[in-house]
Amino acid sequence: MTTTTIDTAKVLRRRRIRQEWGRPWLYLPLTGLLLLMVTPFLWMLSSAFKSEGDIRRIPPDLIPTSPTLANYRELFSSLDFTRMFANSVIVALAVTAGNLIFCSMLGYALAKLEFRGQRTVFGLVMATLMVPGLVTFVPLYVLVANMKLTGSLLGLILPFLATPFGVFLMRQFISTLPDELIDAARVDGCRELAIFWKIILPLTRPALATLGIITFLGSWNNFLWPLVVAQNESQYTLPVGLALASSGQDFTRFGVLLAGAVVVLLPVTIVFLLFQRHFVAGIATTGLK
Amino acid sequence: MTTMPTTTLAGQSTQEGDTAGKRPAATPSRRRSTARGRQSRAAWVLAAPFLALFLAFMLLPVVWSTLMSLTDTQSADLRTPLNVSFTGFDNYVRLFQDPQFFTALRNTGVFVLVALPLTLAAGLAAAVALDSGIRRFRAVFRVGFYLPVITSIVAVAVVWKTLLEPHAGLVNTVLAWFGIDGPAWLADTRFALPVMILMAVWRNLGTVMIIMLAGLQSVPQSLMEAAELDGAGAWQRFWRVTFPLLRPALLLTAVTTGIGYLQFFDEPFVMTDGGPLDSTLSATLYAYKQFGNGNYGVASAAGYVVFVLIIALTVLQFRVLRDKD
Repeated sequence: MTTTTIDTAKVLRRRRIRQEWGRPWLYLPLTGLLLLMVTPFLWMLSSAFKSEGDIRRIPPDLIPTSPTLANYRELFSSLDFTRMFANSVIVALAVTAGNLIFCSMLGYALAKLEFRGQRTVFGLVMATLMVPGLVTFVPLYVLVANMKLTGSLLGLILPFLATPFGVFLMRQFISTLPDELIDAARVDGCRELAIFWKIILPLTRPALATLGIITFLGSWNNFLWPLVVAQNESQYTLPVGLALASSGQDFTRFGVLLAGAVVVLLPVTIVFLLFQRHFVAGIATTGLK
Repeated sequence: MTTMPTTTLAGQSTQEGDTAGKRPAATPSRRRSTARGRQSRAAWVLAAPFLALFLAFMLLPVVWSTLMSLTDTQSADLRTPLNVSFTGFDNYVRLFQDPQFFTALRNTGVFVLVALPLTLAAGLAAAVALDSGIRRFRAVFRVGFYLPVITSIVAVAVVWKTLLEPHAGLVNTVLAWFGIDGPAWLADTRFALPVMILMAVWRNLGTVMIIMLAGLQSVPQSLMEAAELDGAGAWQRFWRVTFPLLRPALLLTAVTTGIGYLQFFDEPFVMTDGGPLDSTLSATLYAYKQFGNGNYGVASAAGYVVFVLIIALTVLQFRVLRDKD
């Protein structure tokens, strides 16, 4: 009698745990993986506020015992990270704005309007989705150099203002909007371009948000092109500045490099953590289409 | 995805581009109603800014680099382009006679063939675990696994470089606690490339996970219950019911991740400069170095070799992962 009651209690407890936690044995491998995923970030964040001696202390402290901003001070004074930060922001914002405008315009035309050459335009744009940056960067460099743009941020911006991926994403999304909306507007005498501006654009906000996030991140993290085009420190973006700092100087000052990584990673990480719900939803739906 | 043509010879593309540009001029004479004409005109007004940028910064460079890959263009020739002469496939011949290029291709191949399946498997496993087995802290795991995806490879490479530093890096410090004398990771030909493969998996598994999670949530519960009633075990349910439904999404992530991996560049540039002994030299890094040395023709040719590999990998993935029916 007593044994059965114990068993029932055990079963009930197990069931309650199951309902609340799911399958408890899965937490161990997942937590292990989570540790692997976030340790580099924790190491970076904590070491960037330590002196060189503290970084090398064994065992390492997770929270710096005597936190210092010396690494950041050196970064911004000797390497002009302020300028690079501003460059990264300007380039990423301009590229994002360009893609939102130009890609949604063509995306709407391809999804909802009829015109001669539609298939050709679509096929051509899609075909270049697969062309690696490596194929175009040499002539692109020559082109931008001949336009005398290597000395300005415009050279970093122009080639990325309109990308095939953006057209693909916007066209896919706009295709799902009902045609009746557009027909009704036409019957009411709305002009073609006004339909795009007043009806379609407000409805595509979720897709625009996704494209905006993806483009901003892509531009913020872009490396090869700014590395090739930027001629001097006044046009460096953050990744270029960081990469050159890590290879140029002797690689013993962990603190300064890690502080640089913090400056590159922290802004986008904060934006991601704040908006991760929309972010993840956007990426997921893009991937499924 | 079905609309993506796999044959993309640059020569063909431009011809099509030219005719596309001329077509609107021909429409008014043929058009039946003014409404359609208005629509067509609006469409071209909307398309024009994109197409102008696209023509200048995408199509023109593609054609140009094709030509460049067939000439002996050096950086010095840019001021006096008349000195450039067509050399046919000499650059390609030169590439394939250069053992360093073979090394670069082999490294790129190993990187893609190992990192891509690992990334897909790890992302899929994480998604399945989160979808089926976990109730508490799901968001924490999801955000944590996805975090590396949004990061700059350069910044991450710098962080990993300090983690892997042989004497003061965290990795060898931890190994030392267990009495293991860690190697000089990035300076060791046996470890440098594997380390970068693991870093790539670390950075990209979140993308696969997020897209697979969305796919898993769209698997109808009734299907799973029906399969369970028919006596299918968990393993069978996954392979027979869930996996086929995930296949299109998996194909898309496999293709896009594969294209990215074939252009593997940032990590070796920042961490090893292709070393030690070219063990992490990638095809893109090779092209970049040729470009830096002023061999523009060779750099363009190397770009096209990678392009052909991308097409081949994409076709292969479509063959393997496309729905069978």
